[in-house]
Amino acid sequence: MTHTNHKQEINITETLMERINELISHYPEDKIKSALLPVLHEVQDAHDNWLSLELQDKVAEILKIKPVEVYEVVSFYTMYNQKPIGKYMFEFCQTSPCCLNGVENLMDYTCNKLGVKVGEITQDGMFEVRGVECLGACGYAPMMQLGDFYQEHLTEEKIDQLIVDCRDNKIVMHDK
Amino acid sequence: MSQKILLDKINVPGIKTYDVYRREGGYASVEKALKKLTPDEIVEEVKTSGLRGRGGAGFPAGMKWSFIDKKSGKPRHLVCNADESEPGTFKDRYLMEFIPHLLIEGMITSSYALGANLSYIYIRGEYMWIYKILERAIAEAKAAGWLGKNILGSGYDLELYVQIGAGAYICGEETALIESLEGKRGNPRIKPPFPAVSGLWANPTVVNNVETIASVPWIVNNSGADYAKIGSGRSTGTKLISASGHIKNPGVYEIELGLSVYEFMNSDEYLGGMSSSRPLKAFVPGGSSVPVLPADLIYKTANGEDRLMTYESLSDGGFVSGSMLGSGGFIVYNDTACIVRNTWNFSRFYHHESCGQCSPCREGTGWMEKVLNRIENGFGREEDIDLLLSIQSKIEGNTICPLGDAAAWPVAAAIRHFRDEFEYHIRFPEKIKNREHFVSEPFSKVIMSNVVMS
Repeated sequence: MTHTNHKQEINITETLMERINELISHYPEDKIKSALLPVLHEVQDAHDNWLSLELQDKVAEILKIKPVEVYEVVSFYTMYNQKPIGKYMFEFCQTSPCCLNGVENLMDYTCNKLGVKVGEITQDGMFEVRGVECLGACGYAPMMQLGDFYQEHLTEEKIDQLIVDCRDNKIVMHDK
Repeated sequence: MSQKILLDKINVPGIKTYDVYRREGGYASVEKALKKLTPDEIVEEVKTSGLRGRGGAGFPAGMKWSFIDKKSGKPRHLVCNADESEPGTFKDRYLMEFIPHLLIEGMITSSYALGANLSYIYIRGEYMWIYKILERAIAEAKAAGWLGKNILGSGYDLELYVQIGAGAYICGEETALIESLEGKRGNPRIKPPFPAVSGLWANPTVVNNVETIASVPWIVNNSGADYAKIGSGRSTGTKLISASGHIKNPGVYEIELGLSVYEFMNSDEYLGGMSSSRPLKAFVPGGSSVPVLPADLIYKTANGEDRLMTYESLSDGGFVSGSMLGSGGFIVYNDTACIVRNTWNFSRFYHHESCGQCSPCREGTGWMEKVLNRIENGFGREEDIDLLLSIQSKIEGNTICPLGDAAAWPVAAAIRHFRDEFEYHIRFPEKIKNREHFVSEPFSKVIMSNVVMS
């Protein structure tokens, strides 16, 4: 489990609660723990893409399970973030088929351009570069995930454009 | 042009939408099943078809269905495995993104055959936008009366939902997938009991791959016997192949099983040959877990027969000179690709994805990654190659789930077929350091017996 001193403002809005209740309704009444993974996604998306311990406790309360049942899941799956991340996280696939098509050079290029190393957040909190494992886009390599979507057949020019679009607030991160 | 049964309508404009899909004959299998066939008759058709699980293991789907426990009277479930994460594989994603109703139709017909009234599609977390596509498609199907209570007045009820994962390769293993669907960590369960007896919430459950379920409507609309006529021998039907690497036309292809590897690689209808003038060096036919094969074993088997795209032909020669069809993740390498770096890359993947339950896999995958890392970076030791073989042999067969085997096999195969490349890395560290990432010297030109040891 990762510890962080960052505080997170928790706000379970009515819209979010409606969606949570809809997800819970997908399972038999005595099996609502099954909704944990989708609920964590929704809650994380609505809270700057990370899950503080307090927020995880809140999810446990909603699903009527023990906090540890939430912690063990959050720490197991790579898509849940236990500390704040860059607003736009460039998650490059770095498994072999993408490497054959030059993703490593592209990651170097992006890091140099943003002035960060892999895993670091830019000072303004806008960008983060990460290397992740196979995203299932081997035929469209090199590629990365940005929010809910894939950016495929990447080139240096496309990266330049993406960075501009992120700064101009033109990138939609979540499909709600 | 070989026969297509899954992607035959993929180019019809608007096939993603319910209206167009229905106009093109979609959901006919549900009508036929619910009005004319008993569940057992459908199971028999699927058995006759010879359809084999398309996720990788190739287990006969009809037989898997026939194992489901109907006597206990417990609720039964069908769970579709859409947790596609095997490196090199991106076929299910293509099908779900561009013809989502085919999967939903298959889920309804198959759930009816199994007597399941509550079914799920478990999709990997990274496919978030496809999760939304499926949710919308399910809402359309429900509004049109294909889901819910008393479907088509038959008395059969079915609810279908999509469950999203959150980034864990291991959840593609069926019992880990079930654990994850129950809201837990994806730790595989010890079998037996098999999911057909005790699966989701301890109820009888069948877990099938997306492509397997999407093949069911065609079998029901036509017949199992018709399906068995497609393909070759025990490899019946068609298969989606996801092709990547150093080829001209990467992408997803539906092929009739039995096509020759040579034609698939070189015909303009398929991969169109290599992407540059660099020659073919190696290929992985079924996703990162299956053994890599060198150029001289790709088009011909060790016996000199043509290598075909079938379960049998690709595994001809066992692990000595064969590989596996697996998930159909077809990765092609030219002679600039470094096999050591590729093997290290895959080992890193398995180390990252090991759930940590079994010591041989949790520790062994990490050791293999470290040893391969030092060889790849020019710090290898002469004894490292035997050390790798020793580690992989102690993982293989000693774990609860097949992830251990999947991590071990590629390492053994790489050393078996490309040992000189490993030795070259160890003996000429200065040449290896400061290379550009994935690019190697064309190792096919290095003959180790000619190399003078310093």
